[in-house]
Order: sequence, then structure tokens, then C-alpha cells
Amino acid sequence: MDNLFNRKYTVQGLFLIVCLILVGKLFYMQIVSDKYFLLSNSNVLRKIYTFPARGVIFDRKGRVLVQNEPVYDLMVIPNQVKEFDTLDLCNTIGIDTAGFRKRFHKAVVQSRYQPSTFEKQLSVQTYAALQEKLSNFPGFLVQGRTVRHYPDSVAGQFFGYVKEVSPKDIEDSEGYYRPGDYIGKSGVEKQYNDILRGERGVKNMLYDARNVPQGSYQEGKFDTLARSGEKVVSSLDMEIQKLGEQLMQNKVGSIVAIEPATGEVLAFVSSPGYDPNRMVGRQQGNNYMDIFGQANRPFLVRPISGYYSPGSSFKPLDALIGLQEGVITPDMTFNCPGGYWAGNHFVRCEHVDGTISLRRGLARSCNTYACYVFQKLMTQTRFKNQKLAYDEWESKVRKFGIGQKLDIDMPYERKGILFTSDEYTKRFGKYWRYTTVISLAIGQGEMSATPLQMANIMAIIANKGYYIKPHLIKSIGDKKIIKKDYVQKNYVDIDAAHFEPVIDGMQDAVNSPWGTANASRIPNVLMCGKTGTVQNPHGKNHSVFIGFAPRDNPKIAIAVVVENAGYGGAYAAPIASYLTEKYLTGNISGGRMAQVEWMKKQSVLPEVPKPKIKLAPKTTDSVAKEAAPTAADPKKNTAANHLKSGETTK
Amino acid sequence: MSNTQSNRFFFNVDWITVLIYMALCTIGFVNIYASIYNPEKSDLFNFGSNYGKQLIYIILGLILGLSILLLDAKFFSVFSPIVYGLTLLLLLAVLVIGRKVAGNQAWIAIGSFRLQPSELAKFGTALLLSRYVATFNPKFKDFKSIMFAGLIVGLPLLFIMLQPDTGSALVFLSFMFPLYREGLSGYFLVIFLGLIVLFIAHFLLPLYITIPAIILVGCFFIYQNKRKQKMMFSITIATILAICYLFMVKLIYNKVLEPHQRTRIEIMLGLKTDPKGAGYNVNQSMIAIGSGQALGRGFLLGTQTKYGYVPAQSTDFIFSTIGEEWGFAGCTVVIGLYVFLLLRVINLAERQRSTFSRVYGYCVASIIFFHVFINIGMTIGIIPVIGIPLPFISYGGSSLWSFTVLLFIFLKLDSNRMGFI
Repeated sequence: MDNLFNRKYTVQGLFLIVCLILVGKLFYMQIVSDKYFLLSNSNVLRKIYTFPARGVIFDRKGRVLVQNEPVYDLMVIPNQVKEFDTLDLCNTIGIDTAGFRKRFHKAVVQSRYQPSTFEKQLSVQTYAALQEKLSNFPGFLVQGRTVRHYPDSVAGQFFGYVKEVSPKDIEDSEGYYRPGDYIGKSGVEKQYNDILRGERGVKNMLYDARNVPQGSYQEGKFDTLARSGEKVVSSLDMEIQKLGEQLMQNKVGSIVAIEPATGEVLAFVSSPGYDPNRMVGRQQGNNYMDIFGQANRPFLVRPISGYYSPGSSFKPLDALIGLQEGVITPDMTFNCPGGYWAGNHFVRCEHVDGTISLRRGLARSCNTYACYVFQKLMTQTRFKNQKLAYDEWESKVRKFGIGQKLDIDMPYERKGILFTSDEYTKRFGKYWRYTTVISLAIGQGEMSATPLQMANIMAIIANKGYYIKPHLIKSIGDKKIIKKDYVQKNYVDIDAAHFEPVIDGMQDAVNSPWGTANASRIPNVLMCGKTGTVQNPHGKNHSVFIGFAPRDNPKIAIAVVVENAGYGGAYAAPIASYLTEKYLTGNISGGRMAQVEWMKKQSVLPEVPKPKIKLAPKTTDSVAKEAAPTAADPKKNTAANHLKSGETTK
Repeated sequence: MSNTQSNRFFFNVDWITVLIYMALCTIGFVNIYASIYNPEKSDLFNFGSNYGKQLIYIILGLILGLSILLLDAKFFSVFSPIVYGLTLLLLLAVLVIGRKVAGNQAWIAIGSFRLQPSELAKFGTALLLSRYVATFNPKFKDFKSIMFAGLIVGLPLLFIMLQPDTGSALVFLSFMFPLYREGLSGYFLVIFLGLIVLFIAHFLLPLYITIPAIILVGCFFIYQNKRKQKMMFSITIATILAICYLFMVKLIYNKVLEPHQRTRIEIMLGLKTDPKGAGYNVNQSMIAIGSGQALGRGFLLGTQTKYGYVPAQSTDFIFSTIGEEWGFAGCTVVIGLYVFLLLRVINLAERQRSTFSRVYGYCVASIIFFHVFINIGMTIGIIPVIGIPLPFISYGGSSLWSFTVLLFIFLKLDSNRMGFI
């Protein structure tokens, strides 16, 4: 053994240390860290999603309102694309070569190995043409899905529309949504999105390094099938909805009809509307911009976000509150000399009736009568001052739903306007009196209601004292689930007995020769109603009619607003009468059919508004702004304006 | 006495080493099978497939090894210059008529048979180096003997560099260990280590940190040896040389190394992450090994292996299959087998009477060690990607046979340890 023998240990030690380093690193990779394990799963596991069909929507009689239509998304996996006839593909799906390059580049940027959408929502016809050639286009595949289809093209704003989720939707959904999912963006589709959307199906597939599928993970233990959305029965009656939309052609306004006993909305017309089928498919974006740019804002859902002063249609409430407070009796009369002096201001009537009672006052829409009732309410001796009297009156009006949301099952409902006494104090100072706010008696001034609220007031009167929250969806799913909220009665604290004289007056308004809407009398149906001619600071008066029918056991309560159409009896009342008759009897009687056709052809569009410079700072409530051009905005009225506004009310 | 012993062919053969050899070959076959495994075509003895071929290679390798045991032990010492010369010729030939595979002109094709001369060069060099040490008994204290040994190692190294096959060339550095054992100053190892450290530091740290650091270290050593004037001088020289080296590395790195080699080094040092490009192999290999966890996914159950995520998995990256399917346990067993083999070969070498056998034994252990370290280090990302096989386990006839020949020559020498060569 030489003296260099010990070097053996150096060499062996070095070998050992280096191998221990290797083992140490392996220990870290395989036992300490689970990073590589997770990475390996993301290497081989891919989730393949199948999209569910959204729930079908029926009308109240079981007719299909919204169904689904198959469409096909063309997908591409860039790294599997080989040379092929691009022109052929372009021609088949109807794009140009520049568009092809753009789309392909987008897909490459997204992922080379994963399928990305190349062209969305090919129609069945395009798909059929493409399917035959698909084998010529390596790397391209087709994914089926469904989109909405509306067989009758009605009730666009009611349904709202469905769109692919935006990055923000994905973020807000906390992991539920993925790119490519669809979501309801407005209307019922938005409100009932969770019920209608169904459940995505998922397949866990194993993929090899060349992105070739190698079968399912653990024999599909974690796979799920797509589950379609729940069926939904809407409260709409397709026939009167359709008729309502036809009658409202070339007019701006809305119709809301409610079944008083259930609160179900029978018709929900917002005009101008749009064909819901335009908000589906490849042209959705373009059509959206087109509709968005049209006059009179077709996307505005007027029944729940249009603001209108109720005008004379508020008068039944005057009478009801007066009766409940005991300041008037059905037989009490006032003298109408053709107007009413509120302090130094005169509220004019359209007529000189002399002695006038409740019944006749409503039928003739007497401003004087309404103002006297209001005066009596405000000057009750039981209140220390008129402010307290006003508070009592305001709380009673609020019970009828004015100034507060009715919680209808649709997004973007607005609550209307009803001032509190404090708000008046803020505006007029401490010393305001009933004469200052007298126009509230005739439904003008600081009062705005949505057509839905107006229809709901009619439902309350038809029910003699209560309402059920108006709603658009009757029942959900196969089990026909009805929400608890929608069977509960909401009382307005007016005794049932007080409704009779008011209803008498409303009956006369339609059915007596002196009634304001007697031209709209329906043969064999006793409709009760009230016209309103609403002063509009932006242009011609709005024509308003609210009513219900038949008088005994009412089946329908209705509110019609036609903007810029003048007297309530001219447009709103006849339209309401046609819908009511159609709903109650199934058709329009004899001679009135011609009137319906005539009405459909009438065009009452507001003048194209001149662009105006708005100096007011932008409010945070964007929906409020949207309504501004078409609806009265009482906030801007001065006191003088406020008083003047009552003058033209009939 | 020596005659009778050498006549009995398998007398004194170290069967434990043979057993480890066979164990490693078997592990290799099993994992090559798993790497190539395709559930649709799973016949075990499909000789058209790579695992079928490997089975033939193993059997032929065993026959080759056993026939080496039949040769006379003196044969290797005597013919070592001829073997060395032959391998040099082959290395030259491969530069002229060689086939390019993956950028390296390393293969000679004879019919369907392909030969990699750089594999043969390893034991050719080992034989001649052992012969040189045994004949002249240099203690490597003088410049001349270091130069001569350097020439023996350097010639094939140069030819291999020209292919260019940096991986195989690197393995020739392993001859430092036998030279160290035979008297080469330990400073060479230290300097070598220092060069590597400086090389890495050059990438990770800017010059204004490395240069002051070198000077600081130099000052520390001068302070340590303040009594020895001579040492102070050489330390100063060494410090200056180290700084020069740093600049040289920069120059060589940017001018001499190929772009792909630069990327590999940068990825290994974590300067560049490119999981889709050059870093793909290592990244996938590390994912496969790491996903094996403690006990592995099980034979034929590795998803990364089965679905081909690791390129070159049956050859250079075979260790990733072991890592994924057999986990930390399997990896430790394999590394343990290598350690056992290495230590055993060193121990066997030390019991040799003849210097030739001892030096050769050290060569064998060092070559195997370098391969194991570089190959496994590469698959787990602590060494840049250098394409050299894992001894006895990686797929390939050339590699398996050259390691077999390498090892069995030593076994033959060892069985004849009592005799003189």
C-alpha cells in the first residue's frame, strides 16, 4: 500500500457527497414540493365542456315563447392545422381571407394547443355545407350549442337578451363562468338567469404530448352531463301581448296588464320595441348598436322604468283616501264653476258642471272636485299643521305603490317619484301649504309613476283593497314552483266599502254618455277606468288610461300610456279597451275590428328632439337619465311651473 | 499458480458487481418498456420495438462481457496502445464519414448498425492511461508527466469536441480522479472546482462584485500565509489569473459556445425560463420526476411517461420514467445501486497488485460516476442539458456495450489480481 492509498477515501467521499446532493434534490422535488404533481395534472388533464340549453319559456297558456335553436361554433387548434384550401373554408363560412388571417392569429395568440373559437354560431345550413368538407380542414372542429329563438318575435324587452359572458362576468361569478358561457343580460333572462342557464357538462379527458385525446380520466368518474335550464312559465298571454305590440306600432309608450287576483302580468308592452331574434346570433353586436342608435330608445323598458305623471288617472286615489279619512262621503257635492282657486292660482276644468258629486266627478274627471278633496284632506282639524296632514296623505299614497318599487321580477325597476314633506320644505321653504302642492290632487307636480305602478293601482281597486306583487313568471320548472311572495296579499288600508262609489265613477267614465272614455265602451263588458291627459314639459301631452274589467270579479287591470298622443280618451283608452275585450272574450266584436286596424296604422311619434346642451351634472343614476327625454322630470320644475302644470289636465 | 487461475475462466470474478450490473440492465429494460409502452401494441418481445432491441442488446452485452472474461488478462495491457490508436482513427473517421444525429456528427453507420466511436474512446483512453501509469510510474509532480497524461486524455477529447459532442467530451474530465489517485496534486481538483465556481459566478454576478470578491479572497490567503514569502507570490499570481479567467470566460462564452449551448447553460442557472423552447425537456422531465412523489405512480401508470411528455425519454431522459413510475423510493434505489457499484469498484481497484488494474479501476468508476452525475443532474435540473446516457439503463446498444466492456475488462483484471500484468 502506498502513501496515496488515503486518496481513495477522498474520491469515494466525493462520489458519495455528489450522489447525496442528487438524492436531496429528488427529496425536495418528489416529497417536499407538490408543484410538479400539480403541473403534471395540468399537462395531461383537460376539461371538455358541453354547453347546456337554456330553459324554455312558455306563455300562461303553455304556448312556447322562447325556445332553443342549434348553432355551431367553428373551433380551431392552431398546431394541428396543416396546409389546406383556405379560400374554400372562407367561402363556406362566409368570411374573407383577411378575416381568416385575423381570426387565425387571434386563435394562435390564445393557445396553439387548445381549441379556440374561430367563428361563432354558424347556422344549421352553413354547418351542413361545412360538415362535408371538414375533413379537408385539419385542425378545425365544430362544437354544437344552442341559442335563443323567439317564434313570435314578441316581447323583446320582456325577455331581455343572452350574451357570451364578459371578462367582468367571469370575475364576478367567482369561478362559475368560463369564457364561452352565455349569460342573461337583461329582462327575464337576467332575472332568472340562475334558473334558466342549466348546468354545464364536463368531461375530464387525458391528452398526450401531441394533444391527442387518450380517453377519459378514471373512466369518467368525475364527468357530468350538461343539464338544460328549468322550464319557466311566464304570466304573459301571448295573444294580447302581440295585439298590444301591434296597437303600439309607431307610438311611444307602454301597456301593462295585470290579473288582479294573482298579480300576474298579462301584457308587458314597451314601444318602440325590437324583434328579440335580432339579439341572437352572429349579428348580435351590430344589431345591438343599431337598435341602441334608434330614436326613442327601444332598449328602455318603459313599463318599469318610464316615468309619467299619473295625471287625472290619480283621481280615484283622491276619492279613496278622502272616503277613508272621512272628509267626504259619496253623496257630498262641490260646486264646479269651471275651475278651482288655489290661493291666487286657478286650476281650470275643461267643463262647468256646477254641483258635482264623487261619481260624476270621476266620470267627468273634474279637477275642481279633486282639488276640493285634497283641500279637505290637508286641512283636517285633527292634524296640528298641514305638513302632518300631508305626511298622512303621502303614506297612504305610498301604500298604493307610488314612489316605491313593487319588486317585480325584472332588473332595473324604478320607484317613481313621491315627495315627502321634508323634500317640499327643502324646495319651498318652511311656509308651503296645500295650495302650493295642489297639483298633486290631479296627479301632476312632484309625482311620477311607472306604467306598472299605474296598472297595479287598478289591480288594487279591482281587488277592493289589496294587491299581489306583480310578477312576470308564473311558475318555475316541472314542479310549477311559485314564489311565496307572489301569493301574499298586500293591503292598502282602505276599507272595501269605500271602493264601491269610486268604482261607480270609473264605470261611468267608460260606460256613461258623459264619461271621458265613453268612446271606448266595450259591448257586453263592463269596464271601469279613468283617463288621464298628462301635461308633458317636453312636448305634447301623454295619453293615459287605467282601468279594469269586468266590474264584477275583475279579470284584468290595465294601464296604457301613449306618449305625445293628447287626450287619454283618444289613444290610451281605446287601446286598453281592445286588449281587454280580446283578453276577456277572445276576439274583438264586430265593428270594433276596423277601429283596431285603424289604431294599428296610427303614427304618434314625438318630434325628433333637438340636441340640447345639458348643463346639469351627470347623476349617478344612469337609468334615470335614460328616461329623461321621454318622461316628465318634475325635479327640474320650478314652483311656478309646478302650478301651471295642472291647468291642462283633464 | 497464476497460470492455473487464469485458465479457470470465471474464477475469482466479483459476482456482486456482475449482479449489480444485471440489476441495472434489468431496471433499464423495464423502464424503457414503460417509456415506449403503448397499450394497443403491448407484446413484450416485439423485437422491432426499442425495448425488444434493448433486450437483444442486453443479452449480447452479457455475452460480450462473459467473453471478455475468457480473454487473457494480459491482453488489455498489451493491446492498449492499439485499441487507443484504433479509437482515435475512428474518431477521425467519424468527422469525415459520420452521420449527423441531432446536430452532432457522432455516428458511423455500417449497414443498419450504428457505432458511436466516442463511447469506445472512453475505454481506449482508460486502457492507455493505465498502461502509461503502470509502465512509467509517474508521480505527476513534474510538468512532463502531467503533459503526457494530458495528451492521452486530450487527443480524443479534442476530436470529440470537433464533432461537436460537448457531453461526451466532458466525460473525459473524469480521468482527473485516477490521476489524482496516482499522485496528481489535489490543487488540480481545487483549481478545477474554482474554475467551475468562477464560471457560474460570471453569469450570476456582475464584474464589479466578482472582481473585488476574488481580490478579497486573495488578500485573505495572503494574510493566512504572511510568513511564507513564496506562497504570497503564487497567491497573487493566482488572484490575477482568476480575474483574467473571468474575462476569458466572458469572451469564450460569447464567441465560442454555440447559441443552443448558451441557452442551456442560462436555463440551468435560472437566467432564462423558456418552458416551451430549450427548457422544455428539462421542465417536462422535472414535472415527471416530481409527480412521482414518494412511491411513484406505478409501473406503466405514469401519465407523463405514457403520453410522451418527456422527449428522448428512453435514452437520455430515462431517469424521468424511473422518477415518475417508481417515485423517490425507486430513485433512491437506483442511485444507491450506483453508489454501491462505484464504491465497490474503487475498493476492488485498491486491492489490485498491478498498477495497471488499479488505475483502470479508477477510470471505470470515474467514467460511470460522471455519467450518472451529469445525466441525473440534468434530468432534475441541476446541470445543463448535456446529452450523455445513464450507464446500463439508457436505451442504446453502443452505450450499453461500451459500459459493459469497460466494466467487464475491469472484472477480468480483478479476477486476475494475484497475477502480474
